[in-house]
Amino acid sequence: MKLTLRVWRQPEADAPGGFLRYTLDDLDPGMTLLEALDRLNERLAAAGEPPVAFDSDCREGICGACGIVVDGRPHGPVPGITSCLLPLRAFRDGATVVLEPFRTGTFPVIRDLMVDRRALDRVMQAGGYVTVRAGSAPDANALPIARDAVEGALDASTCIGCGACVAACPNGSASLFTGAKLRHLGLLPQGQPERSRRAEALVAASDEEGFGGCSLHGECVAACPKGIGLGVITRMNRDYLRAVLTSCVT
Amino acid sequence: MTLETVSAVDDRTPSGPLETRWTRRRDELALVGPAHRRRHTLLVIGAGLAGASAAATLSELGYRVRCLVFHDSPRRAHSVAAQGGLNAPKNYQNDGDSVWRLFMDTLEGGDFRSRESNVYRLAELSARIIDHAVAQGVPFAREYGGYLANRSFGGTLVSRTFYARGQTGQQLLLGAYGALAKEEHAGGVTLLPRREMLDLIVVDGRARGVIARDLVTGALETHVADAVVLATGGYANVYYLSTNAKASNATAIWRAHRRGAAFANPGFLQFHPTCLPASGEHQAKTTLMSESLRNDGRMWVPRRPGDPRRPEDIPEGERDYFLERRYPRYGNLVPRDLGSRACKAMGDEGRGVGPGGRAVYLDLSEALGRLGMDVLRERYGNLFEMYQHITGDDPLKGAMRIAPAAHYTMGGLWVDYDLMTTIPGLFAIGEANFSDHGANRLGASAMMQALADGYFILPYTLAGYLAGATLQPVGEETPEARAARADVRARVERLLAPAGRRTANDFHRALGRLMWESCGLERSRAGLEKAIDEVASLRDTFWQDLTVPGSTGEVNQELERAGRVADFLELAELMCRDALAREESCGCHFRVEYQTDDGEALRDDERFSNVMAWLPASAGATPECLVEPLHFESIALHERSYR
Repeated sequence: MKLTLRVWRQPEADAPGGFLRYTLDDLDPGMTLLEALDRLNERLAAAGEPPVAFDSDCREGICGACGIVVDGRPHGPVPGITSCLLPLRAFRDGATVVLEPFRTGTFPVIRDLMVDRRALDRVMQAGGYVTVRAGSAPDANALPIARDAVEGALDASTCIGCGACVAACPNGSASLFTGAKLRHLGLLPQGQPERSRRAEALVAASDEEGFGGCSLHGECVAACPKGIGLGVITRMNRDYLRAVLTSCVT
Repeated sequence: MTLETVSAVDDRTPSGPLETRWTRRRDELALVGPAHRRRHTLLVIGAGLAGASAAATLSELGYRVRCLVFHDSPRRAHSVAAQGGLNAPKNYQNDGDSVWRLFMDTLEGGDFRSRESNVYRLAELSARIIDHAVAQGVPFAREYGGYLANRSFGGTLVSRTFYARGQTGQQLLLGAYGALAKEEHAGGVTLLPRREMLDLIVVDGRARGVIARDLVTGALETHVADAVVLATGGYANVYYLSTNAKASNATAIWRAHRRGAAFANPGFLQFHPTCLPASGEHQAKTTLMSESLRNDGRMWVPRRPGDPRRPEDIPEGERDYFLERRYPRYGNLVPRDLGSRACKAMGDEGRGVGPGGRAVYLDLSEALGRLGMDVLRERYGNLFEMYQHITGDDPLKGAMRIAPAAHYTMGGLWVDYDLMTTIPGLFAIGEANFSDHGANRLGASAMMQALADGYFILPYTLAGYLAGATLQPVGEETPEARAARADVRARVERLLAPAGRRTANDFHRALGRLMWESCGLERSRAGLEKAIDEVASLRDTFWQDLTVPGSTGEVNQELERAGRVADFLELAELMCRDALAREESCGCHFRVEYQTDDGEALRDDERFSNVMAWLPASAGATPECLVEPLHFESIALHERSYR
């Protein structure tokens, strides 16, 4: 199988970038896109040229390290998977495939396809957790939790923090990411004491980092490799409103 | 072969009844007062389950913690990929479970090559991990009544595994990541992402810091501290293809070893029976399919060698459910070492399936009929999706094809009961240390150990160390720190120097093939002796024919890879030496010369009821070995039997 890769090359954050074209003609349709990039990189390295920098680690769609915009779509044309699992059989033999980094102001490019997504960690630091010290928990079964609540929480906490939602959003909003955490903890009794505070804190941190607001385009949902739905954003808005109104009253 | 025993090592195991040892040790350990904790800076390297739980908990106690990770975010650590679950003897199932049974299962699963005291402590603490994780909001599976659900894992006859679909590791890691985020917010933890530890600073015989490379700017940084905790995972990537993430590596523990930390049982490496089979030279890694699938899946091969039919076309009578046949009592839920070897045997008999004939079937059709699609999707949904994404096949049509792959390293840095290595002030936790799992780890125990170490053991034992240590002031310009920095600089320059033709990946693949053949599921004296020479020769070629483009002062992933491969090339030799010196079979370490008439591992408890901890040696020299004898008081040693 043959593919031409048009890859964004940018030596460092402040340097100008541009596309370079590479042709690989000995690919196997069962390979993943990242395995094709591995092959390209080995050839570049053997020739003494700088390989294409990109983040990836687990190669099974769970760590969230990888994230490439493939033909204009974060994680590429196949819904429900990360870049690392994208099989070459998704492309036509002989096709030209364009690879770019996630492009959004809050994720500065480090090099080539590698971006800095620490802003997402900083949003989580503002309150994306239950405040509990190791050693202080009661017996795990002391608190029965409805099965539906747990399954719903897991549907949201399945988020891998890859940032594709931000990259897909015309506003550069992190609402799907933030909403997923709020829904995860908001559905569980453990998350209730901090529910309002958490909603306010995450929304404020997200604003501070420069993530945009949500205008319900839904591009994030189309890009999410884990199938997280827009409902988490509706819920975030409700929790946030409730928190703001409550704090006005008291 | 006789071992050059330097001396037996002091493992600080407390005496007295097994059940009270940890409590007694805790009471003996000195405390550091709250005001003093603030004056101690501690370094934690790695933020997977072990590192994140340790860093967060130490910060909760008031220590100042600096945590270095090579990922862009601590949430990427490879613990995230653990699938099946976490053991705890809660006995919520009322099926006869107890701390004692988990202890015995783990000890026996490890083929009696672990410390009784450590294993008991692990079993004892595991229940608290579940409590804490639930309090953090980890969404473990529940019954309709709202109480926690369980499933079974290999090597047990009870259901004690807590799980969140097939993504338990992710959920537990997000719990620990949340705790870390909370402490970063509170100012107790400073997290430094995209930093790789490249050396350890030892001053006056104590670990006092590390040299790390900033993976974005390439700058070498010196981080000094009062103690150093390594939580950097295992080294299964020695085999190139493994279930580990691509960047998982041995550099941190190997550099600590080179500075004097003994490396215990390096040859104890687990092959996981249920992984997706290797498909070609281009393949970046092998992917795990959770052991939990063996709750409902049955493993089989065709009776007739080379049977060309599709699995669904082979009638029941012409299938060999080889695990159920060989191990009627445990059936498909035998421990991983037995499962993997049985799979290999099927391939060797010519009855393996798929391209290359090394795979076997894992068949869920019986469970599909019994439980229905909805229940199976609820239990394993994300695993089915992953199988389909990677292979392009529907796992519930016909049967899944699976094969063994390198997965987990029981070996690691030697630690005493307090999790301290042979270098005072250097601690190793999680998969990075050797403790607890003996010669074979039971399923759903890795996360249990990582979190027990981080949340509930290290915070006590580290205080004990700090309270008793007199520490001189150390800074970036302390001679030992400057020397370590110079060593790292020289090593990096050496990696960039050769203008050869082969990439680090190319050497890594060659090393992997060599180790898989000679130091894999089966080992022999002749094969290991040959492998030691071959590894040495591959290492020589590496330093002559390596090519690394670019420079050190920039993002240079080839340079990162080359450094890791250079260390794997040294570690691989030690793995072979350890496997050669251990003239017995136990757990995952199967020497063909030592087997029972049934083809099971034949231990030699007279000579090898011990831990072998290797000291660093200069290249080419045979290293010296510390031998720690293992004592068993709770049980008479016997041959493991899962039949």
